[in-house]
Amino acid sequence: MEKKQNINLKLKVWRQKNAQAKGEFKEYDAKEVSPDASFLEMLDAVNEDLIKSGDQPITFDHDCREGICGSCGFMINGEAHGPQKGTTVCQLHMRHFKNGEHLTIEPWRAAAMPITKDLMCDRSALDRIITSGGYVSVNTGNARDANNIPIPKPDADEAFLSAACIGCGACVASCKNASAALFTSAKISHLALLPQGQVERKQRALDMVAQMDAEGFGSCTSTGACEAACPKEISLINIAKMNREFLRASVLKKEEVGGGDMA
Amino acid sequence: MKDFLKSSVGRKYIMGLTGLVWVGFLFAHMAPNMLILFSAELYNAYTYSVTANKILLYAVEAILLSSLVIHVLMAILLTRQNRVARGAQYAVSANGEKAVSWGSRYMAAQGSAILAFIILHLITFKYGTYYETTVNGVVMRDMHRLVVEVFQSPAYVAWYFICLGLMVFHVSHGAASVFQSFGILERKLQGGIKKFAWVYAIVIVTGFLSQPVYVFLFHK
Repeated sequence: MEKKQNINLKLKVWRQKNAQAKGEFKEYDAKEVSPDASFLEMLDAVNEDLIKSGDQPITFDHDCREGICGSCGFMINGEAHGPQKGTTVCQLHMRHFKNGEHLTIEPWRAAAMPITKDLMCDRSALDRIITSGGYVSVNTGNARDANNIPIPKPDADEAFLSAACIGCGACVASCKNASAALFTSAKISHLALLPQGQVERKQRALDMVAQMDAEGFGSCTSTGACEAACPKEISLINIAKMNREFLRASVLKKEEVGGGDMA
Repeated sequence: MKDFLKSSVGRKYIMGLTGLVWVGFLFAHMAPNMLILFSAELYNAYTYSVTANKILLYAVEAILLSSLVIHVLMAILLTRQNRVARGAQYAVSANGEKAVSWGSRYMAAQGSAILAFIILHLITFKYGTYYETTVNGVVMRDMHRLVVEVFQSPAYVAWYFICLGLMVFHVSHGAASVFQSFGILERKLQGGIKKFAWVYAIVIVTGFLSQPVYVFLFHK
């Protein structure tokens, strides 16, 4: 098999000491990069050189490196997770880059997801949105039979597509309004489609949208930047569903009349 | 309901609803004005007929004006919120497959130009020179004469082209997004709605532009 040529790259990387510090771009050379390396492996090699020369390595979030955990992610030349669609940056390989290319690497930027160091930012606002309603309440015990609850195939498929969200934050990062609408809507529509999600359906839509707003994310202007950036290719259609769920819940939500055991 | 109107999602419903009023009005304004291509009498008679019933006129004007004011104020509010939410801008913006459409990116800038256009448009025509004419024995405003006068100016026609050109983007993005904002979009309709919105915007703007072009070229 023909051996692929290693490439050299010029990197312009955002360096920021901590959340308070004022960051700046620093230039680095990535030399003799194997085209088979992933983008993160390329950064690992750059970091090894930095450590050897006594510098601080570039901090970036990462975990599974299989594209399923949602830990990694930053902007490469203004594109979340880099130029390839439907890919996390850990699964982006260096064969997609040309020798001598200049790459500007920046962290996710959004007021609600502040940078903590270099390419790493605090995404706990997304966790709080999930905590506010992105779950179903079930009794604990043995796992139920897989087909115990019948779900129509189209609904199951659609729910799976929404559930594929890994919460990486690329949607927020690439949105000009730093809107978390795609992230929030994926969970709302995922659970609204399934029988298990019906009990909390209305309250979930109300609470998750309220939390999304409270965290200081912007609103959706349907640019589609999120859908294009999403490594799991979550569809914009989820946002339409969220809006519908939210209107429905606003209209149909019953007043709490008290009584019972609500001491 | 207060919570609904204060939420980011609720506010998109308001933007959509008020925008939709104007999307509808554009057609209702453009189509009958095409009479200018055929006859000055018919054009004036039409103007006379729509302004004759004052109650209806004021009611329609009230709906249009309140929709416009709410649309603009809400747009300012949301744009400011969104700027705060964005915080810092990126050093480089996406230009490959992950870039976004021009129309969707600059809605606020297009909207500002269109607002300036609407204000100038009202000053020029509705509150412009009042000529009189008589059609079939009825004394009425000679709107045709004013329009023909105004469209003799190449600068005014150029201004029309710029603003209505922007309107293609604003209306096509708005008319498609309203289905998204209202939550009535389904996966199978996504492509069709976008095409429909583009066709609608292009038909409206082509119709409107044909009027100054016709007057400029054939009425000396």
